[in-house]
Amino acid sequence: MLAEVADTAQAGALYAWLSGLREAGELPAVAEIVPAARTVLLDGAEDVRALTALLATWRPAGGSGPEGPLVEVPTVYDGADLAEVAELWGVSPEAAVRIHTEPRYRVAFCGFAPGFGYLTGLPERYGVPRRATPRTSVPAGSVALAGPWTGVYPRSSPGGWQLLGRTGLTLWDTARDPAALLAPGVRVRFTAVRPG
Amino acid sequence: MSALAVVRPGPLTTVQDLGRRGVAHLGVPRAGALDEPALRAANRLTGNDPDTAGLETTVGGVALRALGPLLLAVTGAPAPVRVDGRPAAWGAALAVPDGALVEVGAATHGVRSYLAVAGGIAVPPVLGSRSADLLSGLGPPPLAAGTVLPVGPPPAPRPRPELVPLPAPPTELVLRLHLGPRADWFEPGAVARLAGDRYRVAAASNRIALRTEGPPVDRARSGELPSEGMVLGAVQVPPDGRPVVFLADHPTTGGYPVVGVVPPADLAAAAQARPGTPLRFVLLRG
Repeated sequence: MLAEVADTAQAGALYAWLSGLREAGELPAVAEIVPAARTVLLDGAEDVRALTALLATWRPAGGSGPEGPLVEVPTVYDGADLAEVAELWGVSPEAAVRIHTEPRYRVAFCGFAPGFGYLTGLPERYGVPRRATPRTSVPAGSVALAGPWTGVYPRSSPGGWQLLGRTGLTLWDTARDPAALLAPGVRVRFTAVRPG
Repeated sequence: MSALAVVRPGPLTTVQDLGRRGVAHLGVPRAGALDEPALRAANRLTGNDPDTAGLETTVGGVALRALGPLLLAVTGAPAPVRVDGRPAAWGAALAVPDGALVEVGAATHGVRSYLAVAGGIAVPPVLGSRSADLLSGLGPPPLAAGTVLPVGPPPAPRPRPELVPLPAPPTELVLRLHLGPRADWFEPGAVARLAGDRYRVAAASNRIALRTEGPPVDRARSGELPSEGMVLGAVQVPPDGRPVVFLADHPTTGGYPVVGVVPPADLAAAAQARPGTPLRFVLLRG
């Protein structure tokens, strides 16, 4: 079952509401709850009718749900595409770093790879296109932009996002609970640090 | 502790159980045996619980050395089975002595054979499953020569079936299709044609998806679909118009419209359909 809502904030709020109900044992059994840009997928529902009835009682409120934990991401802003992004924004690279470290972000959803979070928070006017030719290998920890989203590559992989910099944080570790540092609902702030 | 030493890994042999659940929101695919009924059957033959990890081969089989006396069973794609060079039964429990060479040959039909061992392949679980996930690299890597796979303690004796019925690999693959959630992104005529047109299983098919060759499904709407969650069996249509049926290692979110969903019961046959197999979609109403 795919629940469709107006925007990413509402998807986050619906996901938070459903997760809260599940923790309280008040959600009909489902295998997966997967938030995304404008939808929340409920996979493996045992009682579709009960779930549909419950969803009908949800009323979108303001904001995108309860505040998740805040994660600081110390970032060295020396990415291969920093100059190009600054040019797209019509500012200096130093100003581009200020623009990127200013907002309080929020993980809207994960996908692409385990622990790859799609972060909202960058004002819409700073959206950038994906690279015309994806890189065959983007290093783990790369802080990157595409469309309205910011993300951090949890491991080395191919990728087409614009690279602003890198962080030494471990984004994904299956020996840790939770394995994903940037799980849906987590708040994120990027801080500029010197290489070292 | 008993073990299996890999003598020849074959083209692609992975450890699989029934996969990971409840972590799709972190971007983790479900993974698990592509032909789930075949793995369940092999586990039944060896007295294991259904979710016990076994081996999934791909077309070319596998050769293993038993370290300790073991009880094995091979199911899925039919293949010649040999123990120390002597022919042995496919689809039945086999007691093999310590040091025996167990060979599963190339599949005579179908793609994927399953080898279960009483006690299961006891590699450490990752996020609740021992499955290898080839999209995201979770779980044990594909088998390599020299790898030693630990085998768990055999289960308490229980009644085991002598034989388990399994369908033959398909000569024509027929996949039922529930339309939605984005069927309205396509030309109504194109969706109707999807049911009448002939497709073939493409060579690029793997554990992530069954790719198809055939007439493109034309879109009625252009533009980008924001990423959304995807289920097992989702049939996504990328810009080239060729339907892609997502299997166990599917990404958890995707950005191309999903025209319909193949019910899980039809996916075991998809796992056994070789490239070039004729493929038809049958539309389900409601």
